[in-house]
Parts: sequence; structure tokens; C-alpha cells
Amino acid sequence: MIDEDIVERAAFDVMAKAAIDIPDDYLTGIKGMIDLEKGDLSAFVLQSMVQNWEAATEDRRPMCADTGLPRYYVKVGNEAVMAGGFVALERALRRATARATHEVPLRPNRVHPLWRTDHGNNLGLNAPEVEWSFEPDADWIDVTTVHKGGLFGSDYRMLFPGDGIDGIKRFFLDTLIAFGKRGLACQPAIVGVGLGGSKDISMVLGKQAACLRTVGDRNPDARVAELELELKELGNSIGMGAMGFIGSSMVVDCHIECGYTHTGGMPMSVHTFCLSSRRATARIHADGSIAYRTDPMWFTPYMRREGVEWNAPQAANKAAAPARVSSGSA
Amino acid sequence: MVVFLDGTIYTGREGVYQKVVGEGAPLPADLSSISNVNFHCSPAASQNPDGSYRVGAVTATASFRFAKWMERWFEISGAKVIIGKGGMSEKDYKELFVPQGAVYLTTVGYGTGALLGRGIKRVEDVHWLDELGIAQAMWVLEVENFGPLLVDGDARGNSLFERQQTQVNANLERLYDGLKKPALHRYGETDDRRDELI
Ligand code: SF4
Repeated sequence: MIDEDIVERAAFDVMAKAAIDIPDDYLTGIKGMIDLEKGDLSAFVLQSMVQNWEAATEDRRPMCADTGLPRYYVKVGNEAVMAGGFVALERALRRATARATHEVPLRPNRVHPLWRTDHGNNLGLNAPEVEWSFEPDADWIDVTTVHKGGLFGSDYRMLFPGDGIDGIKRFFLDTLIAFGKRGLACQPAIVGVGLGGSKDISMVLGKQAACLRTVGDRNPDARVAELELELKELGNSIGMGAMGFIGSSMVVDCHIECGYTHTGGMPMSVHTFCLSSRRATARIHADGSIAYRTDPMWFTPYMRREGVEWNAPQAANKAAAPARVSSGSA
Repeated sequence: MVVFLDGTIYTGREGVYQKVVGEGAPLPADLSSISNVNFHCSPAASQNPDGSYRVGAVTATASFRFAKWMERWFEISGAKVIIGKGGMSEKDYKELFVPQGAVYLTTVGYGTGALLGRGIKRVEDVHWLDELGIAQAMWVLEVENFGPLLVDGDARGNSLFERQQTQVNANLERLYDGLKKPALHRYGETDDRRDELI
């Protein structure tokens, strides 16, 4: 049985960790880009970012004042038992958001879209967003948060099957060029591409691809993995680096997620997870212990299943097992 | 070209501009005498139990949205330095900034919130906090070694961003070579990739 106050603690802690500590995979990715960057100004920006992350970690202060729109991704093990049920779980997430806003602090960004009124704690109508997924043969609950700057760098377009890979490349370039100018997207970014699904799911998949997969991770479909690398190369050949200065540092990595879609269409979304690519995950075990990490492990083989029944392949079981948890501790 | 600032700066964005330029509210009495540096940002700030404020990190917000207020704002506030994210157009610099002797400094990254936060020594004052909220209020900040910042709009109104972009633009067309256009176009779509969306 998992208690509400344990969930609240985990949900609070991931907010603080995400705000302050840059994930290792992203840091390593950026350091690799500095070595390749030939544009002086773009390289200077990347070096300043590395100093900024060091300052954030040393001083325990947020790396970027725009802590985005606080939100949660929750993966619930099929055998997990939550005291008070899902209502208690959602209450814990809301309470943690309000407390983290004040205590970390996070910027109280959330306002009503029309009246611009504000509760000062990042709560409100449909806020924080909570997205749910499930995992077979597990008794834990994973709580992930992502702090993503909100205004630039994402776009959606309805393409058609005949537009093919050309259409995908064009829209990918269009989005990166448009939002890369003056560095509005705060690149280099982890770029997520959502392909297929219905329109809304195409947006959701692209966002999750950007925010919930780590630098270096490849899609299990070999041809999609190849396209990921091709798009990454394409983005880095635009000639634009950090802040839109001359250079090559645009895409730290590219992740594509697909969803079966309407036979007549090929909806596509592009999302850029910025220079403050902040994510943190807590796994709350049935005994109440919590383990923290920076890889959300969101897209499990179960998430990517295609048929009715789920027969866990050997390797797949491992991917979802807590034994893979590497970084952080309770 | 890399700038670090010591002294007093204040934040101000659409909330403050709307209040002062739009509605004619008077500026805090001594503002022009203590600072002429206007920072487009909202700090991640919270109040300590003793009533003082804590600023963890500060990050600029995109400045292009504020161009429409700048002419009157310079006249009212006497600001000579604008700090923000992404700059404004060279046209704005030449028409709005140069006549007032003002320059534009851009923050770097732009996520250098922790470095900039380190440069803030003290919150000297905060205006319109209740009405505008933490994000939009005017924060008067004492800063030391506040940066890094880059000069985007210089005294003659040249924009570093635009000069860099001109060179980047020269290579854009070749990226699309051989890629056929999508069947469905979009309203408002431009095929001229030298265009900016701002
Ligand atoms: S987009 Fe830039 S300013 Fe916004 S959260 Fe990311 S790093 Fe910070």
C-alpha cells in the first residue's frame, strides 16, 4: 500500500531536482557539441550554459527562472495499491505542486488564459496536467516531472502520406529555422517528433518524445531509429547554433514516436526541449521507499505494444524492472 | 562584447508597460534617479518569513513583444539600457533606441538563470506586487557582476543577431533542395525562409 504523503514527498522532490540538476545525458550531449562547434559565439553560449549548470548545482538554485508549466507523468504498476485511490494520488500531486512553487521556489507561471488571474501556486483549471500510463507486473508508481519553457519551439502540421519523408524533413527544418532564429527555442534542444495518431495524440507523442527520452536513446524500430539520426544530422547542418548564431549546435538528439493514424493522413508535431532540459523521476515502491533517477523510462515495450494481448518478451521485462534504476537514491 | 553589470537594475515587462504607458500610472517616484537599466524578466522569487524576498534564478523573456511600448517607455523612464532575450529588430534599434541613446543587451543561452541569479545581491524594492503578481511586478535589484550579457543593439543601432542571421540565411535554401512541397499549404505560410516570425 502506498500512502498519500509518500507520493507527495516524491512529487515535491522531483520538482526540486528537476529545477536544479541538469540530467547527465543532456550535459554529456552538450559537452560533446562544444567540441564540434566551430562558431565562436555559439560555442561561447554553450560554455556559459555549462557554467550555469555548475552554478545551479553548487548554489542549489534553479538553473533557469522559467520553470515552465509544472506537470506530471505518472506510470502506475498494475499491482500497485494506492491508499485512498487515484483521487488521493492526484491530491498529493496538487499539494506537492503548490508547496514546490513556494519552497523550491518555482515561478508561479500559471494564469487563467483570459483573465490572467493566478493562484500563485501553479494550480488552476487543468493544472498541473497529469498524464497516466500503466505497467504490467509491477507494484510501484513512477512519478515524473518535466520543466519545459512554454512559448516557442513547438508546432503541428497535417501532412499526407504522399508528402512522405520529404514532407517530414521540410516541416522539421521549417520549425527549427523559425524558432531557432535569435535562439527563441533555446537550442541546442532535444527535438521530439510525433508522427501519426489523431491530431491531439500527435502533439502528445512529440512532446513525450522530446521530454521523456534521454540523449542517445533510439527508437526500437530500426528504420525509425535511422530517421531519428538523419533528422538530427539535418538539424545540425542548418548552419545555426545556440541563440541563432552561426554554428552547428541545434539538435542534441532527435526522438520520434509513432502512433497508428488515419489511413489518409500523416499528422506531425515537432517539440524542442530547451537548454534547460529538466526532468526527474521518482519510483515509489510498495514498501514506501523512493528511488530517484533522470531517465523517465516512459516508453516501455508495453507502451509501444500493437496487439490486444501483452506477452512480455524477456528483454522487455528487464527494461521496466527497478534493477535498471541507476542514478540517485532516496 | 561580453558585458557584466554592477549597480541597480529593475524588471519591467507587459504588466508594467501596460500600467505606465497604457494607463498612465506614475512611475515609482525615485526610479529614474536610481536606475536606467530595464530588464525584461520575471524572477523566480519567494518571500521569506521576515518579509524580505529571495531570488533564486532570473531569466529574460523574449523582448520583441514589447517593441510597441518602447518609444513612450524611454521618454517616461529615461531608460538607456534594455536587457532581455532575443533582442529586437535593427529597425527598432534605429528608430526607437538610437534617438534616445539607448542600447540593448541580450542574456546568453538563454537559460543562464542561475548565473544571473548569483549576480543579484539584494532585492531593493518591489512595486505593484499585489496587482501584477510575482512574474509581472517591478523588482528593483542590486546587482554585482551580473552577466554574461552580449551587446545586440549597439549605439548605432546595429543588431548582432541580424548580422549573424544574414550569414545563416545564405545557406538555408540548399537545405530544401530536392524536397518536394507538402500537398496542403497553410494560411499565412511563407516560403521565404529569410523571413522571421517575430
Ligand atoms: S526555453 Fe530557455 S528560457 Fe525557457 S525554460 Fe528553456 S532555457 Fe529557460
